[in-house]
Amino acid sequence: MAKYSKKNPVVLMQGNEAIAKGALAAGLDFFAGYPITPSTEIAEILSEELPKKGNRFIQMEDEIASIAAIIGASLAGAKAMTATSGPGFSLMQEGIGFAKMTETPCVVVNVMRGGPSTGLPTKPSQGDIMQTRWGSHGDSPAIVLYPESVLESYQLTIRAFNLAEKYRTCVVLLTDEVLAHMRESVMLPDLKNVKLIHRIHPTIPPEWYKHYEENPKYISPMASYGEGYRFHVTGLAHDAYGFPTNRSDEAAVMMDRLKKKITHHLRELIQFETFMMEDARSAIFAAGITARAAKSAVVKARKSGKKVGLIRPLTIWPFPDDALRKYFHNVRTVFVPELNQGQLLNEVKRAMGSVWNYESRKTRNIVPIQKNNGELITPQEIISTMKEVK
Amino acid sequence: MNNNMKEIRLSGSGGQGLITAGIILAKAAVIDGYRVTQSQSYGPESRGGASRADVIISKEKFYYPEATKFDVLLALTQEACDKYSPNLEENSILIADTTFVKDIIVQEANIYEIPFTNIAKKELGTALPTNIMSLGFMVKLTKVVTQVSLKKAVQDYVKKQYVDLNTKALKIGFRLANDPAKYSGENSG
Repeated sequence: MAKYSKKNPVVLMQGNEAIAKGALAAGLDFFAGYPITPSTEIAEILSEELPKKGNRFIQMEDEIASIAAIIGASLAGAKAMTATSGPGFSLMQEGIGFAKMTETPCVVVNVMRGGPSTGLPTKPSQGDIMQTRWGSHGDSPAIVLYPESVLESYQLTIRAFNLAEKYRTCVVLLTDEVLAHMRESVMLPDLKNVKLIHRIHPTIPPEWYKHYEENPKYISPMASYGEGYRFHVTGLAHDAYGFPTNRSDEAAVMMDRLKKKITHHLRELIQFETFMMEDARSAIFAAGITARAAKSAVVKARKSGKKVGLIRPLTIWPFPDDALRKYFHNVRTVFVPELNQGQLLNEVKRAMGSVWNYESRKTRNIVPIQKNNGELITPQEIISTMKEVK
Repeated sequence: MNNNMKEIRLSGSGGQGLITAGIILAKAAVIDGYRVTQSQSYGPESRGGASRADVIISKEKFYYPEATKFDVLLALTQEACDKYSPNLEENSILIADTTFVKDIIVQEANIYEIPFTNIAKKELGTALPTNIMSLGFMVKLTKVVTQVSLKKAVQDYVKKQYVDLNTKALKIGFRLANDPAKYSGENSG
């Protein structure tokens, strides 16, 4: 049982509150947003907290303006964030692409609710998983995190800022209506023990500065506007100084960097949890709130002697392909419960297909458990499906 | 009923303060040192429409945050009672506000029928703190949290100008639990 102590009190905290608190702990300087259920509490709390530290909160006219404002703030050196839900996230896609193209750090929180369109404002969904990967046009990098609890909402918000700053890109924190609105007893970690990453500023003379310098790590130092360094920011393909280019060799360097800054750092980017997988004969792959139902199902199924485990991605993108191949190698059936029509399912099939079917010449069962009526998948529903499949 | 874990559903319609009641109950459970989650389901309207809050209070780690079988169900409307009471089990407790719940379809559970809203109107002149009154009744009856912690949670959470009113409502709730059979079978519409 969690004990109450003066130093680290256990408190009842809401998911959205934990995101706001996590952002402040990460050093958030600037928030621009447009309120939308079920993300509104994030804006509400930050509108109160940011001015206390002399920082800015701006309620914008819409979500297009919101994403533009945080990109501008970030170019001026601020740690910037916005928070929204599906309809607003759709409007932000162009801006998100611009942030990725211009390698401008920022964090976008998307609290998933039922869609498409305005859908089910007060109900949970996991319908935006693919949109976070491919929502913006063109090949673009994607770092997307998805917590399963209030505590993890806090932790992954801090991580989202760290990754945005380090990799100079727009990082998306996915959550869902239930996770965002539910309250849990939590003990937040001491701020002293929280590692914070800030973008690296250039130290070279201004005339040598390249905003997009080529280097082996594919991430270069970044100056802020007003710091004395000259650079250009455009959504057009650009050269190392940021000026538009039509040259295929320069475009290739740029596109290569956008891809490789992700693919060369998979070990750091990909986080997943294994739950009772040691001797598992069948397994569940689930994320976010659905993983809570899955864990409950695993514990119950284990009590009746069924050897089942769970893999839960904390990083949705880049997708944990290697983890799936490793941990699902010896299982016969993989269940994929999700609050959509099969967005994770197809990724699981893609990640596992090439490894298994040819080598073992066995048919592996990949079983969908899907719901998109605004209700959660229950542990019992997962257990029932496991019994049916055998 | 699992002694280490209690699944509680507070149900009714939007505006009756069920989510507030859920938050207060969860806060009391935190004071008592339990692990707790409080989740909810509501419609887009701020009044009317079905509303519910689930509170899970446990000594041990648990995962799923919604109540699946109810140890305690509080129903403040007929609709909520009809919808959720079929999930009750033999040892479950159903607490119904008979101001609005006229017809209870289940028989398995331990059923308590109290006209909370009418009592609130009569004794306090307003139906507003019905949520806190029924919470007081439930806590005294089931001991899911201590009365001291519940009182502290109420006083910490509600706005200053409503502390007195809600403290009174809480006390009435505790008192009603001394003689829970007093109102049963009575149609007090």
